[in-house]
Amino acid sequence: MDRPTPLLLLIEDEAPMRRFLRAALASHDYRLVEAATAKEGLTQAASRNPDVILLDLGLPDADGLEVTRQLREWASTPIIVLSARGREQDKVRALDLGADDYLTKPFGVEELLARIRVALRHASLPPGGAPEPVFRSGDLTVDLVKRQVFRDGEEVHFTPIEYKLLAALVRHAGKLLTHRQLLQEVWGNNYINQTHYLRIYVMQLRQKIEPDSTRPRLLLTEPGVGYRFKAD
Amino acid sequence: MAHQRPDPEALLRRIHDAEARARRGQLKVFLGASPGVGKTFTMLEAARAKRAEGLDVIVGIVETHGRAETARLLEGLEVLPRRQLEYRDTRLEEFDLDAALTRCPALILVDELAHTNAPGSRHSKRWQDVEELLGAGVNVYTAMNVQHLDSLNDVVAQITGIRVRETVPDAVLERADEVELVDVTPDVLQQRLREGKVYIPEQATRAIERFFRRGNLIALRELALRRTAERVDAQMRGYMEEKGIRETWGASERLAVCIGAGPDTGRLVRATRRMAARLHIDWVALHVETPGDQRLSSAERENILRSLELAERLGGRTVTLSGQSVTDEILSYARAHNVTRIVVGKPRGSSWRYRFGGSLLDALLLGSGPIEVLAIMGEEEGERPRAAPPPRPSAWRDYAGAAAIMMVPTVLGLLVRSTGLTMATIDTAMLYLLTVVFAAARYRRGPAILASVLGITLFDFFFVPPYYDFAVSDVRYALTFGVMLVVALVMSGLTGRIRNQVESARDRERRTATLYAMSRDLASAETQEEVTATTLRNLRDTFGGEVAVLLAEVDGRLQPAAPIPYPFDDREHGIAQWVYDHDQAAGQGTTTLPAAAAFYLPLSSGQTVGVLGLKITDPGELRDPARRRLLEALAGQAAMAFERLVLAARTRKTEVEVEAERLRTALLSSLSHDMRTPLASIQGAASTLLDGAGPPDAGTRFELASTILEESQRMNRLVGNLLEMIRVESGELQVQKEWQLLSDVVGVARLRIEEQLASHPVTTNFPPDLPLVAVDEILLEQVFVNLLENAAKHTPPGTPIEVGAETHPGEVEVYVADRGPGLPPGEEDLVFEKFRRGGSGAGIGLGLTICRAIVKAHGGRMWAENRSGGGAIFRFTLPITGTPPTISAADADDSTPELEVGPAWTAPPPSSS
Repeated sequence: MDRPTPLLLLIEDEAPMRRFLRAALASHDYRLVEAATAKEGLTQAASRNPDVILLDLGLPDADGLEVTRQLREWASTPIIVLSARGREQDKVRALDLGADDYLTKPFGVEELLARIRVALRHASLPPGGAPEPVFRSGDLTVDLVKRQVFRDGEEVHFTPIEYKLLAALVRHAGKLLTHRQLLQEVWGNNYINQTHYLRIYVMQLRQKIEPDSTRPRLLLTEPGVGYRFKAD
Repeated sequence: MAHQRPDPEALLRRIHDAEARARRGQLKVFLGASPGVGKTFTMLEAARAKRAEGLDVIVGIVETHGRAETARLLEGLEVLPRRQLEYRDTRLEEFDLDAALTRCPALILVDELAHTNAPGSRHSKRWQDVEELLGAGVNVYTAMNVQHLDSLNDVVAQITGIRVRETVPDAVLERADEVELVDVTPDVLQQRLREGKVYIPEQATRAIERFFRRGNLIALRELALRRTAERVDAQMRGYMEEKGIRETWGASERLAVCIGAGPDTGRLVRATRRMAARLHIDWVALHVETPGDQRLSSAERENILRSLELAERLGGRTVTLSGQSVTDEILSYARAHNVTRIVVGKPRGSSWRYRFGGSLLDALLLGSGPIEVLAIMGEEEGERPRAAPPPRPSAWRDYAGAAAIMMVPTVLGLLVRSTGLTMATIDTAMLYLLTVVFAAARYRRGPAILASVLGITLFDFFFVPPYYDFAVSDVRYALTFGVMLVVALVMSGLTGRIRNQVESARDRERRTATLYAMSRDLASAETQEEVTATTLRNLRDTFGGEVAVLLAEVDGRLQPAAPIPYPFDDREHGIAQWVYDHDQAAGQGTTTLPAAAAFYLPLSSGQTVGVLGLKITDPGELRDPARRRLLEALAGQAAMAFERLVLAARTRKTEVEVEAERLRTALLSSLSHDMRTPLASIQGAASTLLDGAGPPDAGTRFELASTILEESQRMNRLVGNLLEMIRVESGELQVQKEWQLLSDVVGVARLRIEEQLASHPVTTNFPPDLPLVAVDEILLEQVFVNLLENAAKHTPPGTPIEVGAETHPGEVEVYVADRGPGLPPGEEDLVFEKFRRGGSGAGIGLGLTICRAIVKAHGGRMWAENRSGGGAIFRFTLPITGTPPTISAADADDSTPELEVGPAWTAPPPSSS
């Protein structure tokens, strides 16, 4: 983790996509290794030990989901999945298999850079360790140690489950959490299909933390996949 | 009467026959006049010849009866192993039909066509096995004696004195592609018999001498020769018809045979069939149901059924008419159907009915006009069944009642006398007469006669001088007695007939009502489940017992349409499948696969769609033609309903295909325009950036890059809409419903098109008590994106957009409203049409079409209106299906805003480490 510039591995079969990403990432001081097939990608991941892996789901020689599964057998490197819109099922499966985030094609450079930053930040934490004890985003301050939440300097009160949900989101701020992951973490294994629990509690949370709960800025819905708490 | 042109029906039948023949195997029958003529021998020789030609010939079953010459011919031919089966501790060997079907040779030899199969075989007769082989496309050689032909059965019995029990329907021989007569002269045959070359079953030695008398052999030989000659004649006629040779077309005559309850009609039917065959004309067996039929004994009913079955087996049509008068019904049918000859049984014996009432023959002769009436002598086939009235459990009660009623005038008369008043004897007689009339009207004939006899006795004893004595002083009273008796008879007869009429009318009405009820129910049934349920219910109501409906899948395999209420194992399934494959009824109560648990009938109305199984306690009920016809009518209706569903599905599919075709055409034309425009901008901007000639300044570069970005975003939306549309059109739109908060979905949509919405204030109005709705989050988001985008695009900047929802009973109504120019009045619905653009020209006009398709896929409706005060409002409904889930009390945390979070933090998912 003490490398001067982070190393990214891009597993993508489309040459124009690789060219675009090569240019965009180079100008932002990232080093890039490229692989056009799943096989090559796995080899590179093992030999080069990248900091973040960008993985296209539609590879010619293997399913991207399978690549995710194989990578997770031995590596905890953050994986950002790139895929086309309309394949939400694939995204959820990739995330549940251990991918960290996804980007829907087509995407802008800004979006990609933001995801890479989040991934790097989470990867830099010691394994199993706690994130920063105090989280700030806009007007909102969450103190995970004291279990206190402030909006505009005023303390906001939550029910135990609301807080548990907020804390889960904040601990993974910037990262996409699937319905399943959130339900598992907040309610436990028996509740992984009760997505309506999430919808109701997310609405309650938004009313307490969002300036305009009909236009959420912090707690974002990723349709069909899950939720993301906006970092920064 | 002679027709000058071919009967189109006959031609169609010929074509149909030829088609069926092309698929069927060829049947060759070696026909002999009697045992011992060498049929098996000839057949084997012919088979060897075919074998020598390289044909795949196998021997299905051939009995050599220990004759060495025959056994030698078997050498070198593949012989199919016989099926061994146990029946009542006896080992039986049978022809193995299934093995033959599996082996599927080009030609198979199956001896003794008239053989009756051992119990437990699929078919009760071997000729049915042969039919199945032919149906499977296997060619068959078989052998039989002429005496086994159904229609010759009684003729042979007459000649030889031996009735053959094993018979083969004439139709089998008639449909044979080739008949070879194996003929030897009677002298040679007798010679062979003496030499022991003819197989004689041991139990038949007694009859054998009678059978092989020279006279018999000559007569049998004549029968065989004549039958073969008839066939040649028929072939000749067929050839001439095919070639359009006109002269020989006979008048389209028709024979009808009248079937009554007597035991001798079998002979009439056979005689009619022979006659019809000789004249090459159609024939029909007529039975007339009259109200009087209610009095028939079960044996007599059985006679009628047997005769009708025989007629069907012999290839005749059977018709059951119902009416008051047998004569009238027969004659009116005959006139309407061009029947030229009517065959009736000769009246027999000295029945008083024939003497007084006149026989059916007389009545027919009187009314027949130009129609010939042929009277044929019936034949005793056994004990004439006694026409005993059906036993009625309450009969004794009727008699007691009749007797009791007759006490009334007696007591009344005696009371009057005891008061000292005198009553004229004739008045008392009238009183008795009145009572007899009453008794006769109330009871059947028996009690009525008892009443009148009792009345006469009582009247005589008490009121005819001398009193209290049976002696009659005056002869005049004899007339009174006579009148009373006749009145009783006439009255009981009349009331009996009325009662019978009422009963048979009620019966008919029930039948009609059943059919009507079923057709009405089926008319309103729209799904396969409903049609199945209706069919099951109606059949159960009508026949009792247990009913099964099996429908054919695309691959022709039957699948139960509903759970089958009786044990239904693989064997039963196999039988049902057989019924479907052969389009022929079988199972319980029939001669095909009689061991089945139920009776199976093909569900067919032109095209067979499945099979109906019926398990009733008395399978004999289905032999009653009326019941059977009712069942077939009900099955036909069900089949029609099923077929209607198939056709409707097919029509829908065609409509979708037509629509898809239209879409493809429109797509192509709009693609060329709408996709190329942004592409042109992108290409232009990019090439300008690359152009080395004059490097544009920073401001221009920024502008060009922005153009590329915006145009590619526009193309992305366009492609998205196109893909969505293709999913909708191809029926691939899969709605994955989950309980959602509408406000959340709208929030996501607003975020996605934030830029387009930037110049419009958006207000939302979702009541806090709005229930969760089961929708596909992604699809519904698309609806909101399209509606909001539309509103933003077609309204001036700065005008507000409102989004909201209201709860209505059973549904949630959502709206997106703007304050723009609104829609052209009267064309509010046109905006949902494919490729209809709004005024500004952006987009390809698919957005609203997609919205409506998505809403429709959710079971809702979508429409547009103009708002009062200006602007358009788009509304759609989402049905509230099921109960929106809530958070169960155990999982809901108390509303106290205290942070009492326990230490039970679960570890974050492993991926985040």
